[in-house]
Amino acid sequence: MVDFAGWWMPVQYASIVDEHLATRQAIGLFDVSHMGRLTVEGPASLAWLESLLTRRVADLAVGQARYTLVTSDEGPDGLTILDDALVTREADAPDGTPRLAMVVNASNRDRVVAWLRSQLPAVGVSFADRTAETAMIAVQGPLAVATVCVLCGDDDAGRISGLGTYRATRAIVAGQPAAVSRTGYTGEDGVEVVVAADAAEAVWQAIHDAGRPRGLKPCGLGARDTLRLEAGMPLYGHELVAASDPFAIGLGLAVNLDDAAARPRRFPGRDALAAMKQSPAPRVRVGLAFDSRRAAREGSPVVAAGLPVGVVTSGSLAPSLGHAVAMALVDRAVAVADIPLDVLIREAAQPAKVVPLPFFKRPAPRT
Amino acid sequence: MAADMKFAKTHEWIRPEAGGLATVGISAYAVEALTDLVFMQLPAVGRKVKAGESIGEIESVKAVSDMYAPVSGEIVEVNTALPGQLETLGKDPYGAGWIVRIRPDDQAEMGTLLDQAAYDALVKS
Repeated sequence: MVDFAGWWMPVQYASIVDEHLATRQAIGLFDVSHMGRLTVEGPASLAWLESLLTRRVADLAVGQARYTLVTSDEGPDGLTILDDALVTREADAPDGTPRLAMVVNASNRDRVVAWLRSQLPAVGVSFADRTAETAMIAVQGPLAVATVCVLCGDDDAGRISGLGTYRATRAIVAGQPAAVSRTGYTGEDGVEVVVAADAAEAVWQAIHDAGRPRGLKPCGLGARDTLRLEAGMPLYGHELVAASDPFAIGLGLAVNLDDAAARPRRFPGRDALAAMKQSPAPRVRVGLAFDSRRAAREGSPVVAAGLPVGVVTSGSLAPSLGHAVAMALVDRAVAVADIPLDVLIREAAQPAKVVPLPFFKRPAPRT
Repeated sequence: MAADMKFAKTHEWIRPEAGGLATVGISAYAVEALTDLVFMQLPAVGRKVKAGESIGEIESVKAVSDMYAPVSGEIVEVNTALPGQLETLGKDPYGAGWIVRIRPDDQAEMGTLLDQAAYDALVKS
């Protein structure tokens, strides 16, 4: 167990490798209640988030989720990336008022909440941090959706199994009201389920018991990290930091400048982001594959012909692949597939080559 | 387990052998705590080490740990088969999972280490 941003969490329940492989082959069950859960409601809520986030929000359909950055215009270059987040338009209130939910990183929750509160308009938006009163359970893997569906009535099960990626719905799961979204952080199919905190244990247990015969394993932070690494997903504080250039780390899609539109979007840090897009950063994010199982770790130097060309941002054994992988920021000149590089792992040069991300892509679903 | 086996607080075990040598490994507790072992680096044969000096590293999916010499001496043999089959450490940490053989400078130094009961008490606390 470790203290993770103030949450007491398991690195593993039994074995990181076993938990990782269970998620790839069957079902991984993750308590991700540490993630910050925020709600934004009111007649001005869509327009307010549209003015604050790097992704378009105003055109979100009910039940649609988008990955976005949360930025401020603070800092020497007029841009601070406060976090990456998922914003979901939930079902409207009975009177037609829009309601949105945001999921932010545990480590950034306090500053994101403080920033958003500081930007609140006088009227039209009510904003709340619901992290403590709710719980979030990620059910990931090829058998995840079917397992959650056995705990739902026919209508809800049909809606959940019909959800597209980045789509969300309300449902009763194991007898408890829940927000269910076809999202995750593992590179697998699956859902994330938000329930009231006092219902969390019962829902966790019900999913656990339904999934056990199908190969479900409860998974800790260790497997969560190796799964997202294989899936090539950035983690705030590693690939993505306050001063990152999103276009250089594969997150250009998280920024809707809409500069060709009649009225380009405005949001904090926009000018700095537009400038970044104009002048490409010297270093970009790449995947590195090793022959050996010995892992590079964050901060390991990347060298070519003895010269420093980059730095590792995350690294581990990739349990699905049987060898070590890493993500790194490297000079554009060497960010070329198959180019051989060396990574210094505790002073010893370890050969690696540049490979496309993600390292692992799940097989197409059987039809 | 041999009655003359001793333990370092850093979780290595050492057992005297014939000819003034001693065998060194890491404890079952340490193997269990590390889990998911992926890599081991062994020291060079012939290297002279001081007690407490790193003699290599063992890496799990989550972290890298140093292995330390429990006593001062010369490394005379290393278990070259072990890095290729790290599961041996879990199956037989006090037998086939041995890591190095060392020629201690001073046999008496082993007397300063923990006996089985003291080590068990340490890892239970």
